[in-house]
Amino acid sequence: MIEYALWFAFAAFGIGLVFTLWRVVRGPHSADRILALDTMVINAIGLLVVYGISIDRQVYFEAAMLIAMVGFVSTVAYCRFILRGDIIE
Amino acid sequence: MGGAGLLPIIALLPFLGALVPGVMIRAGRNAAATFTAIPTFLALLMLLTLAPGVMDGQVLQKSFSWFPPLGLSASFMLDGLGLMFAVMILGVGLLITLYARFYLSNEDPAGVFFTYLLLFQGAMLGIVLSNNILMLLVFWELTSLASFLLIGYWRHLPEGRQGARMALTVTGGGGLAMIGGMLILGDIAGSYELTDILQAGEAIKASPLYLPALILILLGAFTKSAQFPFHFWLPHAMAAPTPVSAYLHSATMVKAGIFLMARLWPVLAGTDPWFYIVATTGLITMVLGALIALFKDDLKALLAFSTVSHLGLLTMLLGFGTEAAAVAAVFHVLNHLTFKAALFMTAGIVDHSTHTRDIKRLGGLLTLMPITAAIGIIAALSMAGIPLFNGFLSKELMLEEASHTSWWESPWIVPVLATFGALLSVAYSFRFIVHTFLGKPRDESIDHPHDPPFGMWLPPALLCVIVVAVGLFPAAIAGPIVDMAASAVTGTEIHTHFALWHGITPALIMSGIAIFGGLILLALHAPLDRAWLATPRPEAKRLFDGAMAASVRGTRVIAEGLHSGAISRALAVFVVTTVASGLIAFFGRGLPEVSRPLLPIPPVAAAGWLLMVAATLSVILLHRRRFLALVVISICGLMVSIGFVYLSAPDLALTQITVETVTILLLLLALHYLPKTTPADSSVALRIRDGVIGVSAGVGVGALAYAFMRRDVPSISDYFLENAYSGGGGHNVVNVILVDFRGYDTFGEIIVLGIAGVIIFALMEVLLRGRAGRRLRNWAFSEDRSRDRHPLMMVVGTRVMLPIALLVGVYILLRGHNNPGGGFVAGLVFSIALLMQYMASGFAWTMDRQRWEYHSLIGWGVIIAGLTGAAAWIFGRPFLTSAYGYIDWPWIEEFEWATAMAFDVGVFLAVLGAVMLMLYSLSRMARYAGETVNLEPMDYDPSQKSVQTERAPQERGVPTEGEEL
Repeated sequence: MIEYALWFAFAAFGIGLVFTLWRVVRGPHSADRILALDTMVINAIGLLVVYGISIDRQVYFEAAMLIAMVGFVSTVAYCRFILRGDIIE
Repeated sequence: MGGAGLLPIIALLPFLGALVPGVMIRAGRNAAATFTAIPTFLALLMLLTLAPGVMDGQVLQKSFSWFPPLGLSASFMLDGLGLMFAVMILGVGLLITLYARFYLSNEDPAGVFFTYLLLFQGAMLGIVLSNNILMLLVFWELTSLASFLLIGYWRHLPEGRQGARMALTVTGGGGLAMIGGMLILGDIAGSYELTDILQAGEAIKASPLYLPALILILLGAFTKSAQFPFHFWLPHAMAAPTPVSAYLHSATMVKAGIFLMARLWPVLAGTDPWFYIVATTGLITMVLGALIALFKDDLKALLAFSTVSHLGLLTMLLGFGTEAAAVAAVFHVLNHLTFKAALFMTAGIVDHSTHTRDIKRLGGLLTLMPITAAIGIIAALSMAGIPLFNGFLSKELMLEEASHTSWWESPWIVPVLATFGALLSVAYSFRFIVHTFLGKPRDESIDHPHDPPFGMWLPPALLCVIVVAVGLFPAAIAGPIVDMAASAVTGTEIHTHFALWHGITPALIMSGIAIFGGLILLALHAPLDRAWLATPRPEAKRLFDGAMAASVRGTRVIAEGLHSGAISRALAVFVVTTVASGLIAFFGRGLPEVSRPLLPIPPVAAAGWLLMVAATLSVILLHRRRFLALVVISICGLMVSIGFVYLSAPDLALTQITVETVTILLLLLALHYLPKTTPADSSVALRIRDGVIGVSAGVGVGALAYAFMRRDVPSISDYFLENAYSGGGGHNVVNVILVDFRGYDTFGEIIVLGIAGVIIFALMEVLLRGRAGRRLRNWAFSEDRSRDRHPLMMVVGTRVMLPIALLVGVYILLRGHNNPGGGFVAGLVFSIALLMQYMASGFAWTMDRQRWEYHSLIGWGVIIAGLTGAAAWIFGRPFLTSAYGYIDWPWIEEFEWATAMAFDVGVFLAVLGAVMLMLYSLSRMARYAGETVNLEPMDYDPSQKSVQTERAPQERGVPTEGEEL
């Protein structure tokens, strides 16, 4: 049963990645792109976790955790860039 | 073999002593000269305590292992030849020090001069005491450098600078050739120790590489000893102060080539190539040098060409390859040293008191400067080879050897040319005497020439005493020394029987012809001089300058062709070269059969690949809009990170994830003050060219990776997998490679990273104070910016994140040795955790809570890593050998400790410091642009009414309000 769930999750996250890619490239606004990128990061985290479950290795969870912990920093930085120009002030 | 331990001390003393005069540069000439004489004297004293043993035929050796894999060891050897040269170097060194004390004027920086002099002395001693030819090469190059510094000592004189450059170019170039020759020689002999090489004479002469080695080594020796056609640098080196000319360019350094030929005489001499190259070069140099010397009007130039001629004589004698000729060469080295150094010092004294060295203006100095004249005349008579002076004896030996040497089956060429050389030598020696000291003063404008102070004429006078003593009692005084040195040169027991009178021999007849012919030539000097001046001659300096200019032009064409300053050009050259070499390698050997099946492609991996390709193409299309390109690049970074995870490289994945974030922050910081779009400044053709290059490189790398993944190729991975735990005590092979197997690389890398951080800081400092800083102050901020600089939610969020992120960082650092992680990733995680605070709560607020300077973090990191590595030395192991063990902590767990841990902490600190310093430096631009900083973390704090801001206090140079710009 878990196998079907994993395949479904893979498919969902994979398709999610491709859709977010479309948004990042097409825009139309910077905010759209940044949001899409952030969503893409979350999809990637999901993909890693699902992959870790499927081959039963824990080390992938750590990578997922690290992405979760630092991934939002670049999103924040992009937003600050748009809003203020300077990211450290 | 007692006393061999003194050898390295003797060789080091001048170098240690060299520190003193340079430091006490203000203490004056007396102090500098005294502190130059002390190490020289000590070294000489130590050497003399070793002398009795060496004269009995001992060979002292002392060796320290330095870098065994290269065959390089710090080994010293003292035999008869080395002892003779070492005593000459130190003895003349003492005399020159005394002389230079009086020669240099008060305005000259005497400390610098004596430091250079001691440097030279140490290098020269190193050459004659080295037992390892690689170490000898190091000292050899050092003498070239010291000579460069000394020739250019009066740096305000263009002749000095040009002469120094020419000498360095010629002798340095020869030294390069010699390195090649020595490497071949050591390769044939199987060792770089001289004592081993000297045993391998037969094998070396029989080797097919004998001739290339010989030619390369001789290039080094000939350039150093100013042999034709490389003789031209020596006269130009005469721009040096006279003590330097006397010491380096007549007595010692130019004899280094002779020394080397004598040293390697047993292994290289005695073959046809040796005879024809060495003896012929020596003969030509001897005659040509003497001929030019006759027509030089400058006293020092005359002596310089005479030196060239005598070096030619020595080279010729060594070239003959017979034992008797080698004895004559050793004897003449000694004699030439005494009379030529005395002559140079005389020339210096004359120059000092008359302010000219032009022979055509001098004359009649005998009555005005009797002491100087007596010294000069005695030394010059010896140079001419007049009986009762030492020059006569060795010249007789030379003529004797020349009289029975046949060249290309002709028995006449060598004796006739040797006699002609001797004849010219008599002529210029007597010209030196007659035109300088005899007759009447020719130029009335020279007022009151007088003898110099005692200290200045004492050194040449002492040398003259030797000249006469050896001339009168050769067997008693010079005999034992020459026996000792010549035995060492030839490798057989030599017993000389010097005597003034050998009966009527061919040599005596040749000598007689030379003296009478020389005197006749001198009588005819005036008309001959006019004829000489009228004949066109090649001007060495012009040819040299032309060659230099041409090579500069040539290299400039190449360098500027490859590196025009445009990065696209440099990258294109690099990429094309790489692709081309890859193609050559591919077509050269072909590929083995495919041995691995293709794996199935999972759909998710395909999606990831698609994302990567799409993102890459988008970057190409969007790259002119820089912000968009930056956003799209993030996709590539993310996909690469996931790819690393998928392909079982968690260490790389962790690093990639963190590096990606930090990079984005850096780029965004910089981009704010850069144009937001890239102008299209390449033509279409250029873009197509670059596209083709880029695509071919990409295809090449892809094909290479594909080809390797389809085949079983032997790799070094197995070695690392097997030895990671047993050798480095870690289960994480990647980390063990970083901190142990390739610890040196990592150590170098953190240093480079630290340097990069400091340089960015320094550059920013300079930029902000310069024009760029003034432009920044007029920066116009856009009006539609968000008013909330530090949103409450972010401040709170990042504060919650800080301890968690730091904990993760510490965890990754600690467990890195056995699981994915390590100092590098931990450093990046820490910096991201801190950067969050900067972004959320503001610069000033965070800086207030920042206790350690980022500079010192870098420094501590490098120091800790270095000390950890060096600690291995205490246990007698190589740098960075790691150790590990286990501690049993009762009731908790067994812990592993490893020295690699401390090294990793060093890496961590250096990375953290460097990254933070870079970001800090870039973020300073905002404050220079006049941006304010806030004192409170939040702009809109619900618990307070108003917001306080002020300028950053730590930014010096930022104009405060109301101040005029």
